[in-house]
Amino acid sequence: MKGLLLAAGITLTPFMVAAQERVLSIGGAVSEIVAELGATGRLVGRDTTTTYPPELTTLPDVGYMRALSPEGLLSLNPDLILLSEGAGPPETLAMLEGAGVRMVKVPEGHDTGAVAEKVRVIAAALGMAAEGAALAEKLDAEITAAAAEAATGGPKPRVLFLLSNSGGRLTGAGTDTSAAAMIALAGGTNALPGFSGYKALGDEAITAAAPDVLLVMTRSGNAPSEGADYLDHPALAATPAGQAQRLIEMDGMFLLGFGPRTAPAIRALHTALFPGEG
Amino acid sequence: MTEASLAAPLPRAPRPGHRLPAAAVTAVLLVILGLSAVASLSLGASGIRPWEIWSRDLSPSERAILFEIRLPRLLLGLLVGAGLAMSGALMQGLFRNPLADPGLVGVGAGAGLGAVLAIVLGGLLPLGLQTALGTHLVPVSAFAGGWVAVLVLHRVAHLRGQTSIATLLLAGIVLSALAGAFTGILIFIADDAQLRDLTFWGLGSLAGASWAKLMAAAPIVLAGMALTPFLARGLDAMALGEAVARHLGQPVERIKRGAILAVAAMTGAAVAVSGGIGFLGIVVPHILRLAIGPGHRLLLPLSALFGAALLVAADTIARLVVAPAELPIGIIMALIGAPVFLWILLARRGQLEV
Repeated sequence: MKGLLLAAGITLTPFMVAAQERVLSIGGAVSEIVAELGATGRLVGRDTTTTYPPELTTLPDVGYMRALSPEGLLSLNPDLILLSEGAGPPETLAMLEGAGVRMVKVPEGHDTGAVAEKVRVIAAALGMAAEGAALAEKLDAEITAAAAEAATGGPKPRVLFLLSNSGGRLTGAGTDTSAAAMIALAGGTNALPGFSGYKALGDEAITAAAPDVLLVMTRSGNAPSEGADYLDHPALAATPAGQAQRLIEMDGMFLLGFGPRTAPAIRALHTALFPGEG
Repeated sequence: MTEASLAAPLPRAPRPGHRLPAAAVTAVLLVILGLSAVASLSLGASGIRPWEIWSRDLSPSERAILFEIRLPRLLLGLLVGAGLAMSGALMQGLFRNPLADPGLVGVGAGAGLGAVLAIVLGGLLPLGLQTALGTHLVPVSAFAGGWVAVLVLHRVAHLRGQTSIATLLLAGIVLSALAGAFTGILIFIADDAQLRDLTFWGLGSLAGASWAKLMAAAPIVLAGMALTPFLARGLDAMALGEAVARHLGQPVERIKRGAILAVAAMTGAAVAVSGGIGFLGIVVPHILRLAIGPGHRLLLPLSALFGAALLVAADTIARLVVAPAELPIGIIMALIGAPVFLWILLARRGQLEV
């Protein structure tokens, strides 16, 4: 009898996806989507980049998503681990696979279709395909609408996204970055089209970029705003953005996450870029 | 007259009064080693204890935690700790300099460059090779980088059957600078994610420990260790100067080459599997010299014991303090090791000798 039950259990396993009750979410956008799907109650842990919605921050933190520790993850006894594509290191993932934990990789991406794709993958893994399809469609429509509205603005301002300012050395966003994608969706032009990824910028490169607006991330916690530091930077101060004192500060995960909040983020950035409108 | 001129370069006379009996030190180190090993196997983010294996059936993931995560990690920690501390002792003996560490023969910089190359450019390799190497790409490349650096250095410093220690030292600094420059270029072209990988690699961690890594690193580190008993007496003689050692009948060239080879093997393999764990190679031999004196026949094996114990203890702390996340072990080593070492320096100023 026991053997029969066991056999039945094994055959049934593939159809029992919905039974996975202990879910670990690695990646800010992944966690936001899980929450948006209404599955917050199934989460048993999160990574450091999961900061929204705020109630998720009370979950145990397994560390930075690219430096996960195998025992730390296993200690939460998860049935399913949802991983953002960049999660690692590979050794940890290989070990978790060896321990028999189900893992689903959620693709990264920063175009209009990326959010819907993430939602579908996560929903399928959670056994909520129907809810996922609905949410994907809804978010997709919202993003398309927000981008369409944003595209109607006047002359496109040149936007320079700055990742960091360490002692006056600036790192800016080139092409193929989520920052560049958001700038384009919100109706701006990326001021750094010459390279891909995030790169350190020389003073002359900043002058040549001639940004009309600077876009930076708000610091986490209660740290004082960095805005003044950027506007005081000698090379930046000489640009049109520096002279007009135009700097936009936005939450990094909100702006660059490509999750459920992307449509409002496009709208918020658009409003900040075109203050004269409506 | 001849006696006086011969005696002039000799180091200060040893002070046996401050020494502790070697047997007692060994016993203490063995106890520390045993305690940290038990702690490492028993403590972790999950509550599982090794002795539960006899009292109840373990779930597959509990089994995995004990046998696939904690056990290989403990063994790798012992191996890496012993290898790094022994390498440090060898280097300080070889260079007759208390600041010498494996970095001086370029192993560290070479291995670092190898690791960075793999992290940044690994994606450009043919797909077949990538899949074949898998997660071993970074360690293999780091090990190769370390060895290339040592071979180049040895070639530069070797002239007419003699290895010049001064040339070795200078060439090591130059080669490290060159490797640093190449690393800088790679860091410049690295993307954001790769940069974060580089940072974490540089801080060192045993988190990726697996049986496969252990099996790859163990023979190399153990081979390096097996060389050291043959070097101890020679290094003691070389403390009096190379010329004196030669007059004492020591095969100075062979000792130099053996020491470099042993360091390259132990440090190369250790760095390859654990990243940049600094500090161990300097702190461990110095503390031991204060306890048992500078004789290499005791210093080398006890450095291995102490280094292994210290690294395993630090790794256990690294796994516990922010569980279920974990800190890079390099942070723990420096955070605990540096103040302790400073305290010893202050308390026993003037007694450090190599």
